[in-house]
Parts: sequence; C-alpha cells; structure tokens
Amino acid sequence: MLKDQDRIFTNLYGMHERTLKGAQARGHWDGTAGLIEKGRDWVVQTMKDSGLRGRGGAGFPTGLKWSFMPKESDGRPSYLVINADESEPGTCKDREIMRHDPHTLIEGALIASFAMNAHTCYIYLRGEYIREREALQAAIDEAYDAGLLGKNAAGSGWDFDVFLHHGAGAYICGEETALIESLEGKKGMPRMKPPFPAGAGLYGCPTTVNNVESIAVVPTILRRGAEWFAGFGRPNNAGTKLFAISGHVNNPCVVEEAMSISFEELIEKHCGGIRGGWDNLLAVIPGGSSVPCVRGENMRDAIMDFDYLRGELGSGLGTAAVIVMDKSTDIIKAISRLSYFYKHESCGQCTPCREGTGWMYRVMDRLVKGEAELEEIDMLWDVTKQVEGHTICALGDAAAWPIQGLIKNFREEIEDRIKAQKSGRMGAMAAE
Amino acid sequence: MLRRLHSEQPESFAFTPANQAWADAQVTKYPEGRQASAVIPLLWRAQEQEGWVSKPAIEAIADMLGMAYIRVLEVASFYFMFQLQPTGSVAHVQICGTTSCMICGAEDLIAVCKEKIAPKPYTLSEDGKFTWEEVECLGACTNAPMAQIGKDYYEDLTADGFGKMLDDLAAGKLVTPGPQNGRYAAEPKSGLTSLTEYDSGKTQYNASVQLQMDIKEGVKRIQGDEVPLLTPWVGKDGVVAGRAAAEPTPKTPDAPKPAVKQAAEAKKAAAEKPAPKAETAEVAEEAPETLTAARDGKADDLKLLKGVGPKLEQTLNELGFFHFDQVAAWSEAEVAWVDSRLKFKGRIERDGWIDQAKKLAAGEETEFAKKAKKDGIYDE
Repeated sequence: MLKDQDRIFTNLYGMHERTLKGAQARGHWDGTAGLIEKGRDWVVQTMKDSGLRGRGGAGFPTGLKWSFMPKESDGRPSYLVINADESEPGTCKDREIMRHDPHTLIEGALIASFAMNAHTCYIYLRGEYIREREALQAAIDEAYDAGLLGKNAAGSGWDFDVFLHHGAGAYICGEETALIESLEGKKGMPRMKPPFPAGAGLYGCPTTVNNVESIAVVPTILRRGAEWFAGFGRPNNAGTKLFAISGHVNNPCVVEEAMSISFEELIEKHCGGIRGGWDNLLAVIPGGSSVPCVRGENMRDAIMDFDYLRGELGSGLGTAAVIVMDKSTDIIKAISRLSYFYKHESCGQCTPCREGTGWMYRVMDRLVKGEAELEEIDMLWDVTKQVEGHTICALGDAAAWPIQGLIKNFREEIEDRIKAQKSGRMGAMAAE
Repeated sequence: MLRRLHSEQPESFAFTPANQAWADAQVTKYPEGRQASAVIPLLWRAQEQEGWVSKPAIEAIADMLGMAYIRVLEVASFYFMFQLQPTGSVAHVQICGTTSCMICGAEDLIAVCKEKIAPKPYTLSEDGKFTWEEVECLGACTNAPMAQIGKDYYEDLTADGFGKMLDDLAAGKLVTPGPQNGRYAAEPKSGLTSLTEYDSGKTQYNASVQLQMDIKEGVKRIQGDEVPLLTPWVGKDGVVAGRAAAEPTPKTPDAPKPAVKQAAEAKKAAAEKPAPKAETAEVAEEAPETLTAARDGKADDLKLLKGVGPKLEQTLNELGFFHFDQVAAWSEAEVAWVDSRLKFKGRIERDGWIDQAKKLAAGEETEFAKKAKKDGIYDE
C-alpha cells in the first residue's frame, strides 16, 4: 500500500487546512521559482522521464504532449487549457483536487505553462461544480494576493494568469477540441484534427489541453524527482493515481494509490470489500463508463493499470473510475443506462454517432425487457462496429464499447431474457 | 432532446447592478475581441438571477458581447444546464440518474420527485415551488445517490431523507448539503484508510458544504452582492500581466455573412449599377454587306451548316444572306450584328458556322453536310 508520505494529494478529503498557508505547510509552493529557473527543457525532460501518462482517460504521455508545443512564438501566444470538465460517469477524482487541494493544481498550472511558453492558463470546469468553482477561485485569488500569480509569478520572472472558466452541462466538452470551441463561446462540437491544438487550438493559437490530475501532480514530481514517481507501478504505467470507486462496495471512496495495484487490494484496503463478499461480484467497469465492463471473476486478480486492463481484459484504465456491480444488479439495464447517457450527450455533428447512439439505446432498451429477437444481438454488435471509428471524436467509440463489453461478457444473460420473455417464464428467472 | 424557447416570455431582462458589474468583470478574462468566450458564464448568471434563461436575456447578453442573437440561442439550447422554461420558485431539483447513482438507488429519488413535485420533469409543482429533472452524471459517484439543488450537491441520499429535505426546503429552512450519511467528503464511510495524519479536525464541513453554510445562498436567486467581486488578475496598474507579456491574440476572423444578407447586398448592388444598354455589347456591331436576292437566283443550301434549320435559313435569307461565302466572310463585329438579330444568341460561334461555310464555299464537304444530304433530313 502507498505510504502517506508518498501521496501527492495530502488533503484529498479536505480535513486539513485548505488555505494557501495550509498548502504551504504541506510542502506545496515550495521553491517554485527554483524549479522554473532550471529551465523549460529540464521540466519537459523530467516529465518525460517520470513516465506520467495523461490522467484524463487516453493515457497519452504528458511530457511528450508538452514537447509538441512550439519552442518559440511565431507571433501568436501559447495557451495551457486545463480540462476540468469531469463528466465521465463514475469519475469524481478531480473534484476532490479542486475543492480540497487546489494549490497543487494552481502551482502545476504555472510550471506547466512556463514549460510550454504560455503566459495564460484557462481552467475549464464543468458547470455543475459550482461550489468547486468557488473554492478553486478562492484559492486562485489567494495565490494572486500572495504574488504567486500575476506579474513575476512566485518570483520566477514569469508573468502568468490563471482564469477559471466553466461550461454548462455538456459531456462532449471534455473532448479537447470541443472544449476549445466551448471556451470560445460556441457550441461544444469537436473539431477535425489536424490541425492539432498544439498547432492551432484556442483562438487559433498553440494550445495544450491537460487533465486536472496530470497538471496537479507536476510540482511534486519535479520536487521529488522523476525516479521517485517512476518507482510506482509497472514500467510504462508509472506513478500514483487517484482511484474513484463507486457502486456496490461497502465503502465507496476516492483514494490515491500506486498504479498497478491489484483490484483486490484496492477494494479490500480502502473500500471494505465487495458488498456481500467476492462471490457476490457480478461485473466491474474499471475505467469510467466508456470502457467495456469486465466479468467479476476476471477482476479479482486484475492489475489496475493501462496495459493490463487493455491487454489482458480488453477493457481500459480510462480515468480510473471503478464502478462495481454486485449480483443484485441488472447488468443489461446498467449498460442500457450508459447507452442513454451517450444518446443524450452526442453533440449531433456526425451522423453515425447522432443516429447510432439513439438506435443503440432503443435496442438496448428492448433487450432490458427481453422484447427482442436473438439475432438482434448480433445486429447490435454490427452497429456498434459501424459507429466505432467513424466519427470526428471518440464519443462514438465510447458509446460502442460498453455495449460490446456487455455482449462479449454477458451474452447468455441477454439471450436468457429474450427466451424467457418469449416463453413467458419470467418467474423462473426471478427465482434464480 | 428538443429544446426550444418557452412559449411565454417576459418583457425584458436586465442584470442587477451587482450582477452587471460581475458580468463586465468576467469579460476581462478573455483577450480583446474574444469577449464571446464569456457567453456561458453570463447566461449562467442570468439563470441564477431569474431561475431560467428567457429570450430577452439571450438578446441582452448577445448585445453585451457583440454576438448575433442566433449564436447565443445556439449556446443556450446546446448546453443542458440552461433551463429554457420557468423553474420552481424555491428550487430546481436535479437527480443524477446515470449508472453509478442508478445502481445505488437514484430511481427511488426520482420516485420521490414524481410524488412530491410533479409526475413529469420540467413541470412546476402545484405550489409552484419546485421543478425537477433527471440529469446525467454529476460527478459525485462515490457519494451516490445524489442530487443537485441550486448550487449544492446533496449526497449519500436515501429516499426518506430526500423527501424530508424537500419539505424543509419548501418551508424555507436551511438544509445542510453534502453527504447525508455522516461522511465528511469522499473518504471511506467506515473511517480513513489513508492520510490519517492529515486529519486536523479543524473544519466542521468539507469545502463545498462550508461555502453554503457561510453564504447561505444555495437556493437563492443570485443578486451579485452575496460575495465581494474580486478580479485579482487585473493588476493595480489595470494591466493583465500574463496577457501583456504574451504576443497579442489574433483577432476573430470575420464571420461569413448570412445568405439573406449576401443576397440583399447583391440585389442592391445590381439595382445601383446602370442597366447595360444594347449598344454597349462587348463587341461593337457592324452591319455586313448583304444582298437583296441570291446571286443568279441560286441560293446555297444554308441548311447544310450545322445549326441552321429551315427556320433559321429563312431568317438568314430575310437578312440578306444566301451564300456560304457571305457567311464565311463575316468579321467578329459582323457576327455580333447577325447574332443580335437571330433568336439564338451565340449559336454562330458555338456551331462554328464560319468554318463550315468556308469549307462549303470552297466546294468541300463537312461531316454534317454529308450526313444531311445522305439522310435527306431537310427534304420535304
């Protein structure tokens, strides 16, 4: 288990002093100017060496992403945009950073912006997090008052502003180009890539979009060294990570743990076990709603990192939002609810997604009731394959994968329900 | 989901002076000429002030930001947090219904809403105090099931507790938001499994709850004077330091004009331009030499020219043309003269009469003439 002194988010639950003073007492904002003095290349190289992979779901190496930004301005300013539009069902980790440990994020924003030659950072917060916005803005105000932001931020010689911006309830704005569109005051519809944001992003200027957690861990990594961070987890899956465990565990919680922790240890140590014991575990969605679900029996020994979950289980770590479902769950209904979510959140720009998400939900809704033909399961599978990869952004994929996971892992349940509905023997099912 | 403006709209909209000052301050967050970026925060403040977003509010904000009304309407209808119809006078209740909450009992909460507020979402309760809706994941999944009422999250709910909470809110009581099962924030309910030495026990509430307990405006209509307005990014010298240090942000590219406008402008331009007179044709016309009758009374069969039929032949004869050599000798200006007297403008050039006529006048054959003679297409 990760020791407390190796945890980056030491005030995750907000039980300690939440002010700037409290943050400084816990070691934040310590020698920030010194880190910046070491120069841009050192910061980027250290981030590369640390092996940090983006915490927003896709797991793209953060240091590498920063290195795509132009080293010198061509007359346009550069921007850092922090993606705090945490909306992936199951995910609630960034919320804890922003309301309880906001100075990790603000300090990270300064260093990261310096590393990519940006004088301005926008934090795009989801609209529903109103109190989190107020808490984070209070921390930003505090930092300005203390001279940590603004002219000559933290005595580093770098002039730097952080602006808090917010959305208004659109999941799609978590997609980086949709987020940029939204930040420009438009509908959140993803842009075609290329050009990538590092070439032309916010206001047509070079922009990097990073997740809250990816930025908030930066100062601690730089202070403690790349080797320290890389020491946790298996190779290529380095670091510590916030896990958010929800659903049918005895104690759902958000907790920071080392990458590559086993699922069993994570659940037993922090969540008080599965509700009703391990034999009662039906399925787990290990990385937020967009990744395929995994059967309970395959999960117990699973290693919670990018490569294991994708390679061995055909799922993904995503945002490390673990949704646990015990045997009381109607798994078809649970996935069908996610289909409804994607139907609701499709921006409507690409036809396969706009029409496909609605189509898939309507079929799923019939599968929940068993009012379908057996061959419709294969038909549904086909449709998910036709949506997947045929849209501008990944929302189409995200809508397809949960259904594919369901069909792959729980085909019998779907078939049983259809047969039971046909033969009118629902009673036998219920008694099971 | 179809989202439209409500059928009944108020006469006008105006921010309260404090909200207006707040709105003006928000615009300073964005580079010059990019004030449209502030549209979501401003619409949101309008909703916080009025309870919903009306057409006058959309227009007022569009005017403030120099945006076309349709662009702001687009934004208001795209983002689901904007309520386009009036909401309850006390609160609009939003139940998170996505999977994590659903498997932890969100459907029971929705049942409470249906019973206590209205059977259908977005409908005012009988006393007009509440409206409700099921929303997608609110991002408090480890505290499921949960609801957002006004600014606050009410977490770890039970159906009974939630019902009582609605009663208390209706009675104007202050309800403590946050976890309702004794938890502090998102830690394990049974006690800390990590960060035990970082529990100072100093603060009674977590950061979100503390704000409501301090300001107590969670379900109020926001007037803008609840908290002081701070704009620390604008330095004492009135300069936004980071922006001043960076290169200027490029200006917004000119938006293409709407089709209606383009059409109107084109029409206007056309009306202003003097109508082209017949004389000002591109090539000045010049009358060619004509005959009053065919030489030796023997006219050539002009129908052998491709493009000339009996009707056109007659017209050509009437104009004074009877022979291939006459046609072959036409200059450009003369072609224009003939052209303007035929009903088929441009045909002379298109069908290459002059070339054909040259060949035929020299006694050669053209493909068409050969074919026409063989098939006898013009034979009576």
